[in-house]
Amino acid sequence: MTVAIDRATGKRRGDRAPRPGLGQRVRNGLQKYWYAYAMIAPVVVVLGVLVGYPLVRGFYLTLTDANSLNSARTIGVNHIDATYKFIGLDNYQDILFGPTAYDRFWSHFLWTVFWTVACVALHYTIGLGLALMLDQKLRGRTVYRLLLVLPWAVPTFVTVFSWRIMLADSGALNQLLGALHLPQPEWLEDTFWQRFSAIMVNTWCGVPFMMLSLLGGLQSIDSSLYEAAEMDGATAWQRFRHVTLPGLRSVSSTVVLLGVIWTFNQFVIIFLLFGKNSAPDAQILVTWAYALGFGQQPRDFAQSAAYGVLLLSILTVFTSFYFRWLKRNDQLAV
Amino acid sequence: MSTTTPPEIEPGRPVTPQVPAAPRRRPVRRRGERGPLGAALLHGGLVVASLIALAPVAWLFYLSLGPDKEDYLHPGGIAGKATFSNYSFVLEHTGFLDWFKSTMIVALGTTLVGVLVAATTGYAVSRMRFPGYKQLMWVLLLTQAFPIAVLIVPMYEIFSELGLIDTYWALILVNCTTAVPYSAWLLKGYFDTIPFEIDEAGRVDGLSPFGTFFRLILPLARPGLAVAAFYNFITAVGEVAFATTFLLDDSKYTFAVGLQTFVSEHDAQWNFMAATAVLIAIPVTVFFYLVQKNLVTGLTAGGTKG
Repeated sequence: MTVAIDRATGKRRGDRAPRPGLGQRVRNGLQKYWYAYAMIAPVVVVLGVLVGYPLVRGFYLTLTDANSLNSARTIGVNHIDATYKFIGLDNYQDILFGPTAYDRFWSHFLWTVFWTVACVALHYTIGLGLALMLDQKLRGRTVYRLLLVLPWAVPTFVTVFSWRIMLADSGALNQLLGALHLPQPEWLEDTFWQRFSAIMVNTWCGVPFMMLSLLGGLQSIDSSLYEAAEMDGATAWQRFRHVTLPGLRSVSSTVVLLGVIWTFNQFVIIFLLFGKNSAPDAQILVTWAYALGFGQQPRDFAQSAAYGVLLLSILTVFTSFYFRWLKRNDQLAV
Repeated sequence: MSTTTPPEIEPGRPVTPQVPAAPRRRPVRRRGERGPLGAALLHGGLVVASLIALAPVAWLFYLSLGPDKEDYLHPGGIAGKATFSNYSFVLEHTGFLDWFKSTMIVALGTTLVGVLVAATTGYAVSRMRFPGYKQLMWVLLLTQAFPIAVLIVPMYEIFSELGLIDTYWALILVNCTTAVPYSAWLLKGYFDTIPFEIDEAGRVDGLSPFGTFFRLILPLARPGLAVAAFYNFITAVGEVAFATTFLLDDSKYTFAVGLQTFVSEHDAQWNFMAATAVLIAIPVTVFFYLVQKNLVTGLTAGGTKG
């Protein structure tokens, strides 16, 4: 038996023997790696059943005209069989190029892209700013830190309701603005302000994670680099630009990726902030897909699933390009 | 950094003041020190940010003390008639305790299954390289990134056929689709920090790889397991979309669904909603603070090390 532990030093033998046949390779592989395969088996099985199968099933649904009226269902004791039929790629054709495709898909797509970029940019800049402030020597640092983490610590479904009360027509925020003689926008009614409030609430919720990750990154930068920079007469800005930012690179590339994925998938905030059936224009693709599948009658399962597949493709393409780009710039050791 | 500070250093720069500054210049500051203006700005910025972070939560608590559902429109009046009556109402006359039970079943179930299933995989991908390694890591990463819209429709179909709609199992299984890959990813990061020499010693002493894992590594990895468990727990408590869709009976609601029942299109009982929200938020928040530090390391370490 060969050693199962392999430090993965990345060394490759230059002169390999000729490749054995497929059957031989499988047998050799099993013999050599069966420990590893036995250990990953639980996850592979669970993911295969819980993710793989529904994924295939969902993809099949997108090729049909399934909705809640023709799907298999049980009413009382009567079981009704599914009657939906195969219609090929019509759903995708309809979503992407059909009549009113702009209103149904592309407008939400553009808004989702804007929402993701705006939120992640705000998370990152505010998070970095706060991290830089917390990284200084100052009194009460722990207290500030604990308070600033609060938006992450309290469950999102709780804080969103709190925002909803504050943003309501004559809620706290408008009362405050009124007292200051400032205009009082209809936060949760007007499309522009709906989008504005969604970004605002999401920014509030997402900053702490960025702040803590970047703070960890800042603290891991070797302080002798700063000393050397000062010795060479670097100004504060130059130290930030040429020591801090490069030092944060690997943390940044990870948190930005996580931030993009989480924000793109952010369901809770928009779903709970606007309630079930209002604010159609402020829905990002995820919540819109949910609304198609579960927020209307009859429920349009096929199109909802098709949105899901489209969303997953967008994310996959983005992630692979991001990794490729990082690899080219040598910022991530994946 | 073995060089000494050159004697002819320009004063006025924030450099370690080995050279006494010329008497008429302003005093040289040590590294990391600020003038009074800088300190004031720093504290000012942090105080403002902390207030913004605190305000919505504090506001919710304040509103929960107002006995009437219209009180949120006249917050000034609450101070005079503050009472905990909302809390007793919520505990006695709503499904709060049922929701608590459901939330606990779902969250603990997810935690347990997630960590148990993921532990050996985390070890395997930390220590071994095998054909399919890269693909597995890619799947683990991508599954965590699944938008809920991908799985919710087919899951709903499958669970309807199996008669699992409106059961806790549906929710536990669905939560596991993210909890399992995430835990594996996080545990890999933790196993990576345990020295290989321990495995090697175990192997030399005649343990099989499984023996090494269960007898040596697993006991050492308890903190890592705890972090994975905590994170799964918190995520499961905060899950909204699947819980809203798969649970129909209001005695089976989790907190995330139950809280929504106070606010419908026709009526909004903001005072009870606020009280319930506070009751939910306190334990979860305390819990979060206990594990917060490990959480950040876990989340980013898994990603950067790949």
